[in-house]
Amino acid sequence: MPMTDKALFKEKFIKGILVSFALSSLFFLFLIFIFIFIEGLPLFHKIGLKNIIFGFKWAPTKGSFGIFPMIVSSFFVTFGALIVGAPLGLSCAIYLSEYSGKKMKMFLKPALELLAGIPSVVYGFLGVIYIVPIVRDCLGGPGFSLLSASIILGIMILPTIISISFDALMGVPKTYREGSYAMGATKWQTIFRIVIPSASSGILASFILGMGRAIGETMAVIMIAGNALKIPTSILDPLRTLTGNIALELAYATGDHRLGLFSTGVVLLVIIMILNYIANFSIKRKIIK
Amino acid sequence: MDVKIRIENLRLFYGMSEILKGITIDVYTSMITGFMGPAGSGKSSLISIINRMIDFEEGIRIEGNVHMDGSNILDGTIDQISLRRRVGTVFAVPIPLPRSVYENIAYGPRLQGIRERSRLNTIVEESLKKAFLWDEVKDRLHTSALKLSGGQQQRLCLARTLATKPEVILLDEPCSGLDPISTAKIEEALSELKKEFTIILVSNNTKQIARITDFAAFFYMGQLIEYGSTEKLFTNPSEKKTEDYIQGKFG
Amino acid sequence: MRINPRITDKLARIVLNTQAFFTVGILVIIILIIILKGAPHINLEFILSAPEDMGRHGGIFFTIIGTVFLVFLSILLATPLGVGTAIFLTEYTKESRFTKIIRFGVESLAGIPSILYGLFGFIFFVIKLRMGWSLLAGVLTMAIMILPTIIRTSEEAIKAVPRNLRIVSYSLSATKWETVTRVVLPSAAPGILTGIMLSIGRAVGETAAIIFTMGSSLRLPMSLMDSGRTMAVHFYILAREGISMEKAYATALILVLSILFINIIAYYIMNRVIAKYS
Repeated sequence: MPMTDKALFKEKFIKGILVSFALSSLFFLFLIFIFIFIEGLPLFHKIGLKNIIFGFKWAPTKGSFGIFPMIVSSFFVTFGALIVGAPLGLSCAIYLSEYSGKKMKMFLKPALELLAGIPSVVYGFLGVIYIVPIVRDCLGGPGFSLLSASIILGIMILPTIISISFDALMGVPKTYREGSYAMGATKWQTIFRIVIPSASSGILASFILGMGRAIGETMAVIMIAGNALKIPTSILDPLRTLTGNIALELAYATGDHRLGLFSTGVVLLVIIMILNYIANFSIKRKIIK
Repeated sequence: MDVKIRIENLRLFYGMSEILKGITIDVYTSMITGFMGPAGSGKSSLISIINRMIDFEEGIRIEGNVHMDGSNILDGTIDQISLRRRVGTVFAVPIPLPRSVYENIAYGPRLQGIRERSRLNTIVEESLKKAFLWDEVKDRLHTSALKLSGGQQQRLCLARTLATKPEVILLDEPCSGLDPISTAKIEEALSELKKEFTIILVSNNTKQIARITDFAAFFYMGQLIEYGSTEKLFTNPSEKKTEDYIQGKFG
Repeated sequence: MRINPRITDKLARIVLNTQAFFTVGILVIIILIIILKGAPHINLEFILSAPEDMGRHGGIFFTIIGTVFLVFLSILLATPLGVGTAIFLTEYTKESRFTKIIRFGVESLAGIPSILYGLFGFIFFVIKLRMGWSLLAGVLTMAIMILPTIIRTSEEAIKAVPRNLRIVSYSLSATKWETVTRVVLPSAAPGILTGIMLSIGRAVGETAAIIFTMGSSLRLPMSLMDSGRTMAVHFYILAREGISMEKAYATALILVLSILFINIIAYYIMNRVIAKYS
């Protein structure tokens, strides 16, 4: 007795539904791109790509849409966060994978992942209350600065760096380590010469994904970066990022002003996609290797 | 003797290599037929064609015919789902579902649409009794099947297959990981079960084949070397290879 | 002169230990500050009464309700979509160009920062679909935002279900869908639940994507078309506009506690799964 038509139809129907579910992610991605680009691109046409991306003056109500300082600021903050977060995060990952006992691992890993769960507004708030005054009093300047933002963002990207680097380090086969010990290497020599190089592409990916998180971070940054519309010349200067620009003005912007914010979004989206592509590429290369 | 399954010139290719090289064999109703042979002889592949579990493998090609009660199970007139209702399988490793003993047995009947508690209760009890497991688990039907011993788990798997009320039962080295006592219990169960079911037992334990099967087939390198009554095969084999295998000279 | 490797080894151990504990120290300090500053201002009245005078007085009850509505509805939408996608990717198809494209879509969605979700939700749901600042716009935006998390965790959970269980199910004459619903999903449920918990945590803490879609009205949302304010948005406004530091700390504590609670549950479930399959 062959499977009834009804049962066959049911299986086909279910598969159809599941395919459409799977396609929904692509559809949403498509929607997001389309709508941000539809709103953001006309201004590039009207004002000129060069005048937006390399323009220094942001005065959207007066027809100036230069976002160059914000692009630069976004990268400054991102690299600042990386300088703060990468060494700390990598050290933590090495400690977790190579030095800590099993019990410590069981406690530390979730505790550190909890850092990722704290909302970014809370980080921003604590930055305003504690980091900003310390920077202002000890180093001068307004306190709302590249330095403050880098410190807070550096802390915020720790969980990303730790968990992905940790996975990469744990992925290094035990035999590599044993081989190194057998040749009389100390633990640190083994880690430094064998383990870290073997895990390098995963570690690199963790840095890039950390950068992705930092460059996309919004609420914490607008609370502590000071949002000034110029390229910072020192780490104590205030600055405004691409994300901050959107969040600060979207609520009240109209007309070309609003379109300018979408143009900012287009630039941000392109930067993020490039970063994601690089991160994915370096993770994939690891797998092939 | 009625023929239950007629296999004609069956060939199985896996990529470029030929796993089964033209097998022709009749399996008789209400008999235990033993498939024996060393590893790589193709005996397990053969039964995975009979239940069409081979469909889950990639890069395979099948030629030839397998008739069950006269209809070809390879040409699409029978779909896998209804075929597997008629052909039950017990695998080499006991694989209980992560549920209670009761729910493991009831899994097949529920798939067939049986919902009434009383009917399920009866099926569960009957199946466990037939698998010689009832006395050991009747007080803990609702505890996890994972808590049973290895031997009990394998009988649970047998009972679970029985509960679907198949016509044919395939056992793929069901005792390979079991202790002698559990093995004996399964063998005892099988000897009873052949009254109701057609059984194919794959094993590389020649003593087990000799003990409980009615017919035996010896496979070697994808070919059927010899097939006949178990008595004939073990007392007076026609092929030198069969004799060597039975005497433990290889395999 | 070459430094003795033993000394370097000891030095490395000390430095790494210090950095690890420094990092944990940061976490402890953050939590401690919030608890010490927030706890004195928390009582039942704070939780159960409506905000007054922009939140300067009164409690955060409406924002708790707003958060619960937003989180519950977005999870309700994203879970079937996400789990369905994961089932499709793991059970119904082989790795192919098609699955690669879908995975690329999921990865890309996961990488998009929340402000861009806010920007998209604002122009698409709020403006083009004329939903206005509303619970509905917030829910739809949030559902898309958490979708990749649910897909990825569900996929991992489904992949961890032993293949043998599927084989057994098929051998007992189950169809694919029967195998998925009766064997695969029950075994993967704890892992899927962990993903849902993580998504809840993300939705509770989100601000940028919500403030431009759901808005920040302090009234109680009575329908899907009403604007509302979540705890995270409320906290942001309290802190940024300097309305009340006390209320801000207290809100932060409730926010962090609820996320902590959700994380602990997620971690507990995850450990039970690991224990079960190892």
